[in-house]
Amino acid sequence: MKEKIIKKEDVEYLGRLARIELTEEEKKKFEKELGKILEYISKLNEVNTENIEPTYHVLPLKNVFRDDIPESSTSKEEILKNAPDKDDDFFKVPRII
Amino acid sequence: METLKLSIWQLRELYKKKEVKPSEVVMSLIEEIYKKDKEIHSYLYINEKAIEQAKKVDEKIAKSENLRELEGIPISIKDNICTKEIPTTCASKILQNFIPPYDATVIERLKNAGAIIIGKTNMDEFAFGSSTENSAFGPTKNPFDLNRVPGGSSGGSTASVASNLCFASLGSDTGGSIRQPSAFCGVVGMKPTYGRVSRYGLVAFASSLDQIGPITKNVRDNTILLKIISGKDKKDSTSVNIEVPDYEKHLGEEIKNLKIGVPKEYFIEGIDREIKEKIFKVLKLLEKEGAIIEEITLPHTSYGIATYYIIATAEASSNLARFDGVKYGYRSKNYKNLFEMYTKTRGEGFGEEVKRRIILGTYVLSSGYYEAYYLKAQKVRTLIKKDFELAFEKVDVIITPTTPELPFKIGEKKDDPLKMYLSDIFTVNVNLSGLPAINIPIGFSLNKLPIGLQIIGNFFKEEEILKVGYVIEKNIKEEKYE
Repeated sequence: MKEKIIKKEDVEYLGRLARIELTEEEKKKFEKELGKILEYISKLNEVNTENIEPTYHVLPLKNVFRDDIPESSTSKEEILKNAPDKDDDFFKVPRII
Repeated sequence: METLKLSIWQLRELYKKKEVKPSEVVMSLIEEIYKKDKEIHSYLYINEKAIEQAKKVDEKIAKSENLRELEGIPISIKDNICTKEIPTTCASKILQNFIPPYDATVIERLKNAGAIIIGKTNMDEFAFGSSTENSAFGPTKNPFDLNRVPGGSSGGSTASVASNLCFASLGSDTGGSIRQPSAFCGVVGMKPTYGRVSRYGLVAFASSLDQIGPITKNVRDNTILLKIISGKDKKDSTSVNIEVPDYEKHLGEEIKNLKIGVPKEYFIEGIDREIKEKIFKVLKLLEKEGAIIEEITLPHTSYGIATYYIIATAEASSNLARFDGVKYGYRSKNYKNLFEMYTKTRGEGFGEEVKRRIILGTYVLSSGYYEAYYLKAQKVRTLIKKDFELAFEKVDVIITPTTPELPFKIGEKKDDPLKMYLSDIFTVNVNLSGLPAINIPIGFSLNKLPIGLQIIGNFFKEEEILKVGYVIEKNIKEEKYE
């Protein structure tokens, strides 16, 4: 594991990656706290994991398939009820191009 | 109303004997919630329609019709489980106005059994927390001491059960979120085996760890609820097609020659002395009942929290990408373009702990760090799971304290996230391994705070831990262990 103390620029970069606008106060706070948490997490370096397979999933499940039979689903109207902005049958979002 | 203190199976008997009407129970329950919950704040939403529903059950009873298993029984639901036409907020501003157009599978199953959804309970925002202080709508208080936390993240559910403001509740458990608050509130809380209960309709936190489970006043009620919500669901491909036993029938079975493992790594320095003493008293009692107590070792125990916080935050950062201000929930009012709409919506909509975890999860998954953190953690996870698998070759169940400490004061850990994360030290490894585990209340500390014991079982052996839990509960009720 690479040693790396989090810097303020790192927090800003991560905020952009995660699409979260952070306040100056949050940036300062997270910089300090994430450094501490990552330091704690680095204790995993003590564990020898050579030749150990990762566990992504606890059960021995493989792909689960079902027959492709159409079923009724939630109506457009019901789904659009929760939309913060809509137009007719569409979700409305700010202009992209 | 004394009736509110009853268990599910007792209330069911009263309905059958026509001694009390479901509508009376629901009305007095709602009245009680309005009165008592001002202080405790276990509920975020009270379902007034429950009264109409209960009146229909009144009619059924009047006509002496057959009652389904949970007919007319009021149950509260953690607010991250989708309930049709009832708000589901995850205690987050970003979902404040969200009303699901569908029921989670567990809700469908409860409704099919006749249960009445009495309301939605408070929680740490998106289940990120161990104290219910991270709710965007204010913290829940511990009913045993209003200056202390109820635990979390299902703290609203456990507080509502502990204060008789419902007859049972459903919570969710990703790293201890059912068991730890159950210990802090003195109730029975079960995290089933991963795959035992459908996660369809549970707002996802960490998909490889999340499970829904019952929180109840006693072990028998827990068996009743677990049976109803368990089983394969085609809408959740990780739910497993293994027969669901009639758990209730296993209660009262002897535990003679049952092998109980006690991992030495769970009795380290720093654990509360009173908790330790109580656990050992219970172990003695189980020995008297014929169980064989064996010290075991789970050598990778101390790596659990580090492993958990890598995997859980990584999965959470990905799962919470869906809250983008487009399809549902909150959208910021002041943005100039699409990018800003996302960042401002999420910046304004998420609380501090949610942001902290998304940022951490994004970091451990980001290019250059994936192998060092995420992959490494998944490998240590294999070792943690292997520890349990080896242990279960020798013993039938494992007993540990549920928490290293008694309920802490509100605000005590709020400013130190790492300290807060460490309160799940005895519960996270169970999720990392996928095993079932339950909290059983085993009495009180000198300052009258509840103490909990955790029983961990082998995969899909919920009946084993329920059986042992029932023996403990019975002995404690008869005050045999003091």
